[in-house]
Amino acid sequence: MGRTLSEKVWDAHVVRHADGEPDLLYIDLHLVHEVTSPQAFDGLRLAGRGVRRPDLTIATEDHNVPTFDVDKPIADPVSRTQVDTLRKNAEEFGIRIHTLGDPDQGVVHVIGPQLGLTQPGMTVVCGDSHTSTHGAFGAIAFGIGTSEVEHVLATQTLMQARPKTMAVTVDGVLPDGVSAKDLVLALIAQVGTGGGQGYIVEYRGEAIRALSMEARMTICNMSIEWGAKAGMIAPDETTFAYLQDKPHAPQGVDWEAAVEYWKSLATDEDATFDREVVLRAEDIAPFVTWGTNPGQGIPLSESVPSPDDFDNENDKVAAERALEYMGLTAGTPMREIHVDTVFLGSCTNGRIEDLRAAAGVLAGRKVAEGTRMLVVPGSGRVRLQAEAEGLDTIFKDAGAEWRGAGCSMCLGMNPDQLAPGERSASTSNRNFEGRQGKGGRTHLVSPLVAAATAVTGTLAAPADLPPVAVPANA
Amino acid sequence: MEAFTQHIGTAAPLRRSNVDTDQIIPAVYLKRVTRTGFEDGLFAAWRNDPSFVLNQPEYDGVSVLVAGPDFGTGSSREHAVWALLDYGFRVVVSSRFGDIFRGNSGKAGLLAALVEQDVVEQLWTTIESDPGTKVTVDLENKTISAGDVSAPFEIDDYTRYRLLNGLDDVGITLSHADEITAYEATRPSFKPATLPAKA
Repeated sequence: MGRTLSEKVWDAHVVRHADGEPDLLYIDLHLVHEVTSPQAFDGLRLAGRGVRRPDLTIATEDHNVPTFDVDKPIADPVSRTQVDTLRKNAEEFGIRIHTLGDPDQGVVHVIGPQLGLTQPGMTVVCGDSHTSTHGAFGAIAFGIGTSEVEHVLATQTLMQARPKTMAVTVDGVLPDGVSAKDLVLALIAQVGTGGGQGYIVEYRGEAIRALSMEARMTICNMSIEWGAKAGMIAPDETTFAYLQDKPHAPQGVDWEAAVEYWKSLATDEDATFDREVVLRAEDIAPFVTWGTNPGQGIPLSESVPSPDDFDNENDKVAAERALEYMGLTAGTPMREIHVDTVFLGSCTNGRIEDLRAAAGVLAGRKVAEGTRMLVVPGSGRVRLQAEAEGLDTIFKDAGAEWRGAGCSMCLGMNPDQLAPGERSASTSNRNFEGRQGKGGRTHLVSPLVAAATAVTGTLAAPADLPPVAVPANA
Repeated sequence: MEAFTQHIGTAAPLRRSNVDTDQIIPAVYLKRVTRTGFEDGLFAAWRNDPSFVLNQPEYDGVSVLVAGPDFGTGSSREHAVWALLDYGFRVVVSSRFGDIFRGNSGKAGLLAALVEQDVVEQLWTTIESDPGTKVTVDLENKTISAGDVSAPFEIDDYTRYRLLNGLDDVGITLSHADEITAYEATRPSFKPATLPAKA
């Protein structure tokens, strides 16, 4: 019988299989950052162990770094210690690191692809749940805890039980103004935050094939938000074209061999999945969240739901609690919700295409009075590219803040945080209570909706905006 | 890691679903580079609320947490497990856990016991009617009991074996170092390396 994409990649990495035990899986690439690694390096030192493959390991600082004054010492001494600890550990163990100010510093999940280190058919791990992002290349990529970080550093392997397989097929063509973010938010609202648990998901179908690599990364990034072990998309010509000129892409005969192998990874015609979900792209509209988990979302055109709309008792209670936390009243049209802060960035939507999409909406327009907008590029290189294209000027002219690279307000660990009660429209991945700052209220949105919301000060799509005024003498 | 065979202690009912790892410990508490001291961040947003269950005097000294479904979803931060352990918890019971959280629990020595939701409800009722009720969690037999409630729980066999024996994962894997080396010899040459760096 045929095999699925994930089964092929999994099988190619099994170092050791024994009945009744998890497989011992080889790891091709280990991404390391400052927050989930210090205790792992300490563990190595305590046991007198080294890093088995520094040449398959790369570190950057992203979660806990400031996005302004990056040329100065980090103001918060505790954060500074954490960043310094990573730098010292990288030096001691011979690991390549990209520090603040380097073009390849930035969100780990932006760095791997931009360097061409993320390639099809690989296993990629990182002490961060959004490692699923790299699945867009047809890699098995998932987040791990600090004990597992230590395990990979010491052995370049992980013990993993083989997950089940699921296909999410998106047929048809996405309507204009509807992006990958809307698609994945609509999917999560349908399947629920636990719907993917125990599965490696393969996203497939016409609408997925039509997506750019960066849009595919947005989809795979959010796999963890519905509980999936990992999300993957089969590599194709779009993947190969993206990779071809990246610094660490294979060269010459290696490129030919690699592409031939990558082409063999697609799910076989006669392979079967343990579960299948089908969506129609035409049914998807700009989508936003109203609650405190990514499954609590609705089309932007609808109104805040009532707890009574839910049959399940747990969902009802969760909705009540979410509305209270979010300060929302059932029946309020989503478009009437005022937003204090717009955050454009993160491993979900902090890449150059996301910045271009938002800049396209903001060009010739202004951020509304009473609303602030933060634009945080995913990496130093994304920032440089945006500046080369003049996007920074568009953002600044509109009144948005143009920042340095990092995770920033996505998780509210650095100084970029919401104040209690403050409301955001955020292109990030989690609207959990307090995620962006204690008491902060988050609506997850696409870059297009984020930009339109910044202009109106209330949740909006670009189609809601009046045309940009053309000067009379033009 | 300390071996875990049986645990007896009092329990706290956490009547909430989707308690994600940001609620277990917010990101601002993840700045420490040490392995301990994370109890200050546990459920930080709720700890100032006098009505929060862990602020009720009758739940002082609890070591078992009985939570609603989808406990520990979200971020991979093992700090969530450490914060629960540092506070004094040894067992968390739920009808559904976030995958990474459950994996991290097994590594760090916190028992994540998976039960049916009706067992969670029965445990909540039992504990709330008498917060002094001793809860017995038997890993050998995979059972949890409290008052009149007695039910099996699920945990994967390998994690159970490791917890029962207090085994160090890295040590186990390094005993297969020859197999890792043999595998490495078969890796295709086109696989990327981070070193030397290319720009």
